Amino acid sequence: MIVRKIQTMGIALSALVFSAPALTQDLNLPREKVELVAPPFVHPHEQATEQGPRIVEFKLVAEEKQFVIDGEGTKIHAMTFNGSIPGPLMVVHEGDYVELTLVNPAENSMPHNIDFHAATGALGGGGLSLVNPGEQVVLRWKADRSGVFVYHCAPGGPMTPWHVVSGMSGAIMVLPRDGLRDGAGNPLQYDRAYYIGENDFYVPRDKDGKFKSYASWGDAYADAVSAMRSLTPTHVVFNGKVGALTGQNALTSKVGEAVLIVHSQANRDSRPHLIGGHGDFVWETGKFSNRPETNLETWFIRGGSAGAALYRFRQPGIYAYLTHNLIEAVELGATAHFKVDGTWNDDLMTQVKAPEAIPPNVRGEREHPVQSARQRN
Amino acid sequence: MSFGLKFKCALAAAGGVAASLGIMLASVANGPDRGITAIAGPLVVELQPGSVRYRAAGDFSRNGRPASPPKTTVSIRQPLVIMKYQVTAAEYQRCVEGHACSPLDPGTTPASDRPAVKISWRDANSYADWLSARTGALYRLPTDEEWAYAAASRFQDEALPDVDGGDPAQLWLARYEMESSREGLIEKEPRSIGSYGANENGLIDLAGNVWEWTSTCFVRQAIDANGQPIGTATTNCGVRVAEGRHRAYVPEFVRDVRSGGCMTGAPPANLGFRLVRDGSRDRLRSLVESVQGFLSSVLVL
Repeated sequence: MIVRKIQTMGIALSALVFSAPALTQDLNLPREKVELVAPPFVHPHEQATEQGPRIVEFKLVAEEKQFVIDGEGTKIHAMTFNGSIPGPLMVVHEGDYVELTLVNPAENSMPHNIDFHAATGALGGGGLSLVNPGEQVVLRWKADRSGVFVYHCAPGGPMTPWHVVSGMSGAIMVLPRDGLRDGAGNPLQYDRAYYIGENDFYVPRDKDGKFKSYASWGDAYADAVSAMRSLTPTHVVFNGKVGALTGQNALTSKVGEAVLIVHSQANRDSRPHLIGGHGDFVWETGKFSNRPETNLETWFIRGGSAGAALYRFRQPGIYAYLTHNLIEAVELGATAHFKVDGTWNDDLMTQVKAPEAIPPNVRGEREHPVQSARQRN
Repeated sequence: MSFGLKFKCALAAAGGVAASLGIMLASVANGPDRGITAIAGPLVVELQPGSVRYRAAGDFSRNGRPASPPKTTVSIRQPLVIMKYQVTAAEYQRCVEGHACSPLDPGTTPASDRPAVKISWRDANSYADWLSARTGALYRLPTDEEWAYAAASRFQDEALPDVDGGDPAQLWLARYEMESSREGLIEKEPRSIGSYGANENGLIDLAGNVWEWTSTCFVRQAIDANGQPIGTATTNCGVRVAEGRHRAYVPEFVRDVRSGGCMTGAPPANLGFRLVRDGSRDRLRSLVESVQGFLSSVLVL
C-alpha cells in the first residue's frame, strides 16, 4: 500500500516535472533581491508600500546537517532551509512575484523541493521545484493573497512528513500593499517583528530510554518513521532547539513597542499564549483579508498554517511566550521569553502587601492553621 | 516523622555496633549485605570547629521589597565529620538492594566510580537512615551552613542584583540576566569520582556538575535595615536547599531539575548528596536539639 503510494506520487511528480513549461517568459517589472536572515529575526521590509508590484528574489539552500535540539546535546540528522530551523521568514506584498532559487548542494544526499502554501498550482510549487543534490531551480509565483503562510519541503510520499519534522519548513508573510488594518479599517503598525517557527521532533530511543544517534540520514530513517507514527513528539520547540529563544537568546522589546509575532507550525497544532500579556490583534488563521480578533488570551495555530499576533507591551519584565499545552511548553521545550525594558505601571498591577505569615484574627487565632513543619534535625 | 526514625536508628547503634564508631577514616566495605550485618562507614573528613561568612538561604524582604540578607559569621561549634566523596551510584544501589531506598533512575548504571544522581531529598534521607542502621553511626544531610563551612572557597555566595527596589520588573530582569549567564556551562553527564578535585578541606568534587542536598528548609523572612529579622518567618520544608555552583531551592521529591516555562538559567545539572556523621558525643546533642526543634515547632503553633 505504502509502496504503491510512493510510486504513484513519484509518477505524479515526474509527470509534473516533465510537462512543465520552461520559465523563460520575462515580466517587465522591477526586481528586488532580498538577503534573508535567520529566525527569529525578519529581513528589513516596508509595512505598507506605495510602489507597484515587483519581482522579489530570494535564495534558499537546502542544508542537511547535524542539529542539536536540546540542552542535553541530543542530535538529529536535520534537513533545513538555509541552515536554520525553521527556514527564514520571507516578506513580500500582495501582488508581488516571489522568485525563489532553490539550491540543493552536491554534498546533500536527498532530493528536496518546496511547497508554498501561499502559491497556486503544482502542489504549491513542489511539482516544479524538485532538485537532486548538485542541482538548483528557479521558481516564480504570484503572491495573489495576503497573510502569513507556511512553506515546506514535500518531496513526496513518506519523504514529506519526514523532511518536515526534520526541520524543512518556514513561512512567508504577504502583506497587504497598504499594510495591516484593524477590524474597523484603521492602519496598524509594528515596531518590530519576530518569527517563531515551532517544530515537533520525534527522536528514537534505545531500550534504556536514551535518545539514539545514527551515522547517517538513511540509517536513521526506519526508526524515525516508527517514532513519528507514535504521534508523540519527544521535543516540541521554538526555533529548532529547547531554549533557542530564552536566556541569552531571549527576544527583546520595551514598554510602548508593538511587536508582531508570526508563528508557524508545519505539522501539528499549537496554542500560543503570552504569559502576562495578550494578543491585541490576532490573525489566528493568518490571513490579513480577515478581520483580526482582539484581546485574545490564547490563540490557535492549526498544523500546517501560520498565524500572526500584534501586541503592544505595557509593562516591563520577563514574559513567557509558549504553547499553552503546558506539558509541551515546559517538559518538551516550546517556550520563548521576552525581556521587556521600561517603567513599571502600578495602576496596571501592584503587590499591595508582600507575602507574610497569615495574621491571627481578633481572637488571636490563626484562621488557616499552618501545618506542623516536617523538618528534620 | 523522620526525626523519629533517626532516633530509633541511633538507639540501635548505641546498643550494637560500637566497633565502627571510633573509626574516623574507614573504607567502604565490599562484602555482600546479609540481613542487618553492619558495614564500615564511608571515607570522611573531620573538620575542626570554626566559622564561615554566610548569607542565609531563602527569600528575604525589606519594606515589602525583595532584599539580600546580610552576610553574617556562623560558628560551627563541634567538629564536623563529613563524607570526603559524594555518595556513589554503587553505594546507593546497596541501599536499593536492601529495600531501603527507591531504585535509581532507569538507565542509570550503578557505577562505583560515578556519583549517585537523580536523587531526591527523600532518597538522600532514606540512604542516611539505612547507612546509620548499618554502621551504627548517625548519618544525616548537612545543614546549609555546614555545607558552606565544609565547601569553603567552593561555596558560592550570591546576593540579589542591586537595582531599584520600587520597580518589581527591574529586579526580575536583573535576576534573569544573572541566571541566563549560567547557561550552557555545565554538562549533564556525571563525571568519574574525583574529576573536580579537592578543596582546601580535602573534600572531593564540591560544586562540580552534581549539586548536593542539604537539610535546610526554604524560609521567607522580613528583615529590617540592619538585616535583623522582623516578625515570624514562614518555613516551607517541602522545599530544601541544594548547594553547588549556585544555590538552588528544590522540592524534596524532585530527582532531576529542569528549566522550562517561566523558569530560566541552568538549574542544577544533577542532584546528589554527601552526608555528615554525628560523633558519639554529638549524638545526644543532636537528639536533644531534635526534641527541642520538635517542641519549638509545636509551641509555635
